[in-house]
Amino acid sequence: MNFEKALRAIIDSLPYMLGGVWVTVGLIVGALALGFVLGVPLAVIQVYGRTLARRLVVLYVWLFRGVPILVLIFLFYFGILPHLGLDSAFLAGVIVLGLTSAAYQSQIFRGAIQSLPAGQLKAARALGMTDTQAISCIVLPQALRLSIPGWSNEFSILLKDSALVMVISVQEIMARTRSVAGRTHEPVAMALFAGVLFFILTWIGLRLLRGLERRVRIKGYSQEGSV
Amino acid sequence: MLEEYWLFASERVMPGLNAALLVSARLIVPSALYGALLGVITGAIRVYGPKPVRRVADAYVSLFRGTPLVVQLYFWYFALPYIRVGGFAIVLDAMQASILGFALCSAAYQSEYIRGGLLSIRSGQIKAARALGMNPMQTVLHVVLPQAVRRALPGCGNEVVYLIKYSSLASIITVNELTGTARSIAKATFRPIEAYATVAVYYLLLVTLAVWLLRWLEDRMSIPGFERPRD
Amino acid sequence: MSVASQAKGQNQEILRVEKLNKSFGTNHVLKDATLTLRKGELKVLIGPSGGGKSTLLQCMNFLIPPDSGRIWLDGVEILGHKKRELYAYRQQVGMIFQDFNLFDHLSALGNVRIALTRVRGMSRKDATDRAMAELDRVGLAAKAGLYPAQLSGGQKQRVSIARALAMDPKVLLLDEPTSALDPELIGEVLAVVKDLATAGMTMIMATHQITFSAQLASEFVFMEQGAIIEHDSPAALLAPGACTRTKAFCAKINELTGEPV
Repeated sequence: MNFEKALRAIIDSLPYMLGGVWVTVGLIVGALALGFVLGVPLAVIQVYGRTLARRLVVLYVWLFRGVPILVLIFLFYFGILPHLGLDSAFLAGVIVLGLTSAAYQSQIFRGAIQSLPAGQLKAARALGMTDTQAISCIVLPQALRLSIPGWSNEFSILLKDSALVMVISVQEIMARTRSVAGRTHEPVAMALFAGVLFFILTWIGLRLLRGLERRVRIKGYSQEGSV
Repeated sequence: MLEEYWLFASERVMPGLNAALLVSARLIVPSALYGALLGVITGAIRVYGPKPVRRVADAYVSLFRGTPLVVQLYFWYFALPYIRVGGFAIVLDAMQASILGFALCSAAYQSEYIRGGLLSIRSGQIKAARALGMNPMQTVLHVVLPQAVRRALPGCGNEVVYLIKYSSLASIITVNELTGTARSIAKATFRPIEAYATVAVYYLLLVTLAVWLLRWLEDRMSIPGFERPRD
Repeated sequence: MSVASQAKGQNQEILRVEKLNKSFGTNHVLKDATLTLRKGELKVLIGPSGGGKSTLLQCMNFLIPPDSGRIWLDGVEILGHKKRELYAYRQQVGMIFQDFNLFDHLSALGNVRIALTRVRGMSRKDATDRAMAELDRVGLAAKAGLYPAQLSGGQKQRVSIARALAMDPKVLLLDEPTSALDPELIGEVLAVVKDLATAGMTMIMATHQITFSAQLASEFVFMEQGAIIEHDSPAALLAPGACTRTKAFCAKINELTGEPV
């Protein structure tokens, strides 16, 4: 292995690879947002919903947690989405990662909601709040705060899973790594470089989330304290 | 329409998948075993090992947990042959590279649960064992391990469930296991929905079966104070 | 044990520690602690928290290895660095912890039995019989199958006493056995300690239960800042007109708990 040649390959491909970083960032921001928007109502339904609605949520979670993401990517990109007139690989990636993340996020939020003392909801009802008000003003503000550690974990898992959309040629970090490696015959350097990029992204993301956790923290209120 | 699907699936998809199931099993079982073994060793080192060794183990775990499994597989299969030490290079076939990649990655996660299990044992437990005259071997065997295993089991079992799903990644480096076979069938028949939906059912069954087995095992080993957290 | 043999053995030395010292960093937590336990007596360690009581007890069976000092059991000096000898010694010195430390993965019976089968090498059947006898002695034979998570604090502590007694210890070290208990559960544990004292078990106990121990103790040992300050019979230390640290300390404690001296 020629060290200089390897370094050359990394430096020459830097702008191209950084373009891939932005694609990856776009994928995970989109997927986390979709997962959040779907995950919160799923969690609320699973805790407070009617039996049938609850069963449907359980079914959804079972499906998306039981099937490999890779299979879902193929199923949606080659099968379901073309039927709906969608043929963007990037969008397919966001949708599959987002739907999967919704299943996982809903379980994080559900755990947080269930860890709240029952007295919180009782007190809200005693003040004359409707169930919707009690959930949106009392339960969720507390539950979402408690969810941040679990959510950070979900972020780093999703970031790593996002590399899988390379199989449908979304030009994110790993897809570009493979093409540069093929062109330059430097797979070792490029694989290590890709690893470093993912490492840095994880680190930045976790820093941001920890900052968020600090910003929304209420003194004396934490998961440990509430159990 | 359902009948038509069933006919297609049973004639064109399932025979191929049934054969591929064996390939998937030959990926998952050794990966899980090597992963668990290496995970227990790594976890024990991270708790009881001497400091420099502990550092190395910690670095290994954060490296393998911090990078995508695809990158790791890509490294073992495509990049490893390029690393020449004194004219020698290790060339793994797709199957070997997959098992190596899965086992090393799985072990990194497993070691987290083992470590947690070992750390969850309060110091008083060990003190009480010593006060009764137990030697270190007896303490580990009769007090530390029975508790650590029970605490680590749910996490370790979950890891095996993940392994079943992530074994699909072997198809990216050309192994024709379940997902790879479904892909060939989808391409050959131009019926992707049927092919991928059928393979999804195979994974669902495998994962659900594994979860049941795990629950059964946990319940069998369950004692008051060590209950499975209800979900 | 009959009254006659108890009287005959009364002056026999069981456990003797001499000039035990222990420091954690610059913190000298145990200073030249010397005491002797004679057969059948109950010595009670009292004094403020952090005074070194717990350290002294844990040094006595090398759970915390002392920096210097000597220990004899039945006239034989125990050297902490000889592993095999140390494990054998610990089997003869029972220890009761403030927070029970029952093995969480074993039932009450399993807790009492495990050292009998694994350390003593008894058969499972003999060990079970012996363990049941000990559980019966602390009034918990009916709870033998329950796990620590299913027992109250007082019951846990009684099981831990049974676990120690099953090893036929020559002496029992009790480190604040009732401090972690709710007030209504203290009585059941003290009743067991009283039974043991009456039966002639040699014991040393750290405790804040002044009134209870004044009735049973052969000697109060007052510790403060790692050193033994005073030791004498409770009657002498607490006598009207006596001007002792012990008396001042006991008055303060009883003021807090509302008990008369």
